Amino acid sequence: MIDTSAPNQVVVDYSAGERLTMNMGPQHPSAHGVFRAILTLQGETVVGVDAVIGYLHRCHEKLAETLTYAQYPTIASKTDYVAAMTSEFAYVLAAEQIGAVEVPKRAQYIRVIAAELQRIASHLLWLGTWCMDMGGALGGGATVFLYCIRERELILDLFESLVGARLLYGLYQVGGTRYDLPAGWAQQCRDTLATVEQRLVEYERLLEDNPFFLARAKGVGYISRQLAEDVGVSGPLLRGSGVDFDLRRKAPYSSYGDFTFAVPVETEGDCFARYRVRMVEFRQSIAIIRQALDGIPEGPISSRPALKSVAQIRMPKGWAYARVEGPRGEVGCYMIADGSPKPYRMKWRGASFSNLSVLPHVLPGHKVADVVAIMGSVDPVFGEVDR
Amino acid sequence: MTHEQAASSIAERFPGARVEGATPLVVDVPVDQWRAFAQFAKDVLGCRFFNFLSAVDWKESGLEVVAWLDDLDDKLSVTMKTRLAPAPTSASATADEEGGSSAAPRCASLVPVFRGANWMERECFDMFGIVFEDHPDLRRILLGDDWQGHPLLKSYAVDTPHPPYR
Amino acid sequence: MAIKAPVPVVPAPVWKSFKDLQEFEALRQQRPEGDKHSSTFEALTEGIHRFPGGFVVTTVADGFLNWARKSSVWPVTFGLACCAIEMMATFASRFDVERLGMVPWASPRHSDLMIVSGTVTIKMAPMLERIYAQMPDPKWAVSMGSCANSGGPFRHGYHVVKGVDRVIPVDVYVPGCPPPPESLLNGLLLLQDQIAHFRRTGQRAAPNEKVD
Repeated sequence: MIDTSAPNQVVVDYSAGERLTMNMGPQHPSAHGVFRAILTLQGETVVGVDAVIGYLHRCHEKLAETLTYAQYPTIASKTDYVAAMTSEFAYVLAAEQIGAVEVPKRAQYIRVIAAELQRIASHLLWLGTWCMDMGGALGGGATVFLYCIRERELILDLFESLVGARLLYGLYQVGGTRYDLPAGWAQQCRDTLATVEQRLVEYERLLEDNPFFLARAKGVGYISRQLAEDVGVSGPLLRGSGVDFDLRRKAPYSSYGDFTFAVPVETEGDCFARYRVRMVEFRQSIAIIRQALDGIPEGPISSRPALKSVAQIRMPKGWAYARVEGPRGEVGCYMIADGSPKPYRMKWRGASFSNLSVLPHVLPGHKVADVVAIMGSVDPVFGEVDR
Repeated sequence: MTHEQAASSIAERFPGARVEGATPLVVDVPVDQWRAFAQFAKDVLGCRFFNFLSAVDWKESGLEVVAWLDDLDDKLSVTMKTRLAPAPTSASATADEEGGSSAAPRCASLVPVFRGANWMERECFDMFGIVFEDHPDLRRILLGDDWQGHPLLKSYAVDTPHPPYR
Repeated sequence: MAIKAPVPVVPAPVWKSFKDLQEFEALRQQRPEGDKHSSTFEALTEGIHRFPGGFVVTTVADGFLNWARKSSVWPVTFGLACCAIEMMATFASRFDVERLGMVPWASPRHSDLMIVSGTVTIKMAPMLERIYAQMPDPKWAVSMGSCANSGGPFRHGYHVVKGVDRVIPVDVYVPGCPPPPESLLNGLLLLQDQIAHFRRTGQRAAPNEKVD
């Protein structure tokens, strides 16, 4: 209301509101991939999100109908390309469930070692990029990024000597694994784990003693337990919201039942809780790998060795849904086989697809600066989202 | 709830549904009871976790919509399946192309029951052309809004050209 | 006098299918212009070069400006898919590119180089063209990985562009899936060699010219 008794006084009234539509386009420095968020802002607060995905839709599901069970696992690693081992795992498990294929014990242990090493490498990349997003690429954020990449390179060296590739592998094969552990690999692995374990303590102190980090992570991005289950998020998002569900414990696959490890659960549901869950998962993965290296039996690495032709593996008619606990959550492969060397239908249940679909429910009410922090703690990988 | 208890509970409440299997419990639901069954699974069976929803093109036998629900505490998993009409062939599809055409197979949307079904059903619409009734925002999600055709149907070729890009 | 940009002379490849050949020929006819040329400026430098003794000026200027350009190529962070992770590894501590003068920069308005790392999809292609158009001249493009080179393992997918050179002109192709950081560094060093042979402060070297 304008007070006309004092003509020099002007009252400015913003209550009518001005909404601004801002495009956080498919190319942005937040380093998560091709994602477009059309944000509706009221001042500095987000009131609406339209998440546009599909910029990396590479037709995985249609291509899987044209590729055989021997050809596809390498392509499968390109869904969750930061954690390629767990992506291949789901596809291969689904095919083995349909065909009731036996996997030798040594192969199961190698699979577990590779999957857990991949979890450590993926979480290192997550920590580095999340801190870089929050800190800025030229500011303090690059510190944690460069440290984490340094450790991740050690793990990628291990993969390079095991498989021959650093990022995308073809280790998993229907019936077992394609490569065996080379001589000296176990010792190199133990040394790497000791280094990672020691440096993790440094990073925790660096971050948790920093009031800016705590201010940006605590209380931000709250996902309630009911929302988490309703939308279907999994992995650290689910465990950070108080649900004790880890597929390695509830539905053990590939002899995970042989190992003792703890499943971290936090009840706060904010970014800091998810960060704590992942930091504890680092330690648990290290423990699992050490137990696996101690107890790995001798034996064959595949029940279907010596692949002579790409159409050699046929699966009988049937269907299966194989689920794997990847670093981002539940990666699943729903496969229908029809007796030929190629599947009839294969659907990827991508962990990041469900995790990302929680954003329109969580972002409204937060400031623009929190969008980046929340997206980082959701940790999407767009190969899995768009497939 | 164990899967035997769940199976008997489903049998008495939904006599038209066919139940088989143990882990997971596979339920063949008639299409008009799709949303009612999902609500029943969430409230009575305790399956509050929405895992995924997808579809399969069985050519002449029709399109099948599959949904997977979990009870995280009891380790009970329920797979709901329902069969829709076959996808329209290209001859009838050219007659009316806009979304919501009478030829498109229809199914009730699960968004009022599970919020996670939103993006999953948009993907099924995008890939198969299934129209979900009462979906708040049914539009393409992975492909551009002006894309012609539904790629995961068996009648769509994987190597479809799209000049000048491919 | 008008100076025409040199037309690439590519040796005839061996084609497996006639349809691919027809497609390629059709695209070559409509390939968009690369760098923009200022005919006044180029007439001026050509005039200085033709003047007796003037070649000293242009050669020294070439040497200096090309050294400056190649020692400070700023890539725009254009990570699309898996290759982006290897690109980030190249930018990070073990395989540092900052020692070559390359500072990864998010804004295309301030960058010289676009490293297309990952699969280009039909939905993303217009965005890629727009970002490339926003970069000021002279600009270069490196196609990293087999998806950007030719569509890669996803070539037969309905939503995949068969190579980023159908969208923008490319200077260096780096093969691999994904190319390890050593390969990408090799490609970037080859790009620096190409830049060193930029002639008359604006004209690209003929494509099959022997570089020393």
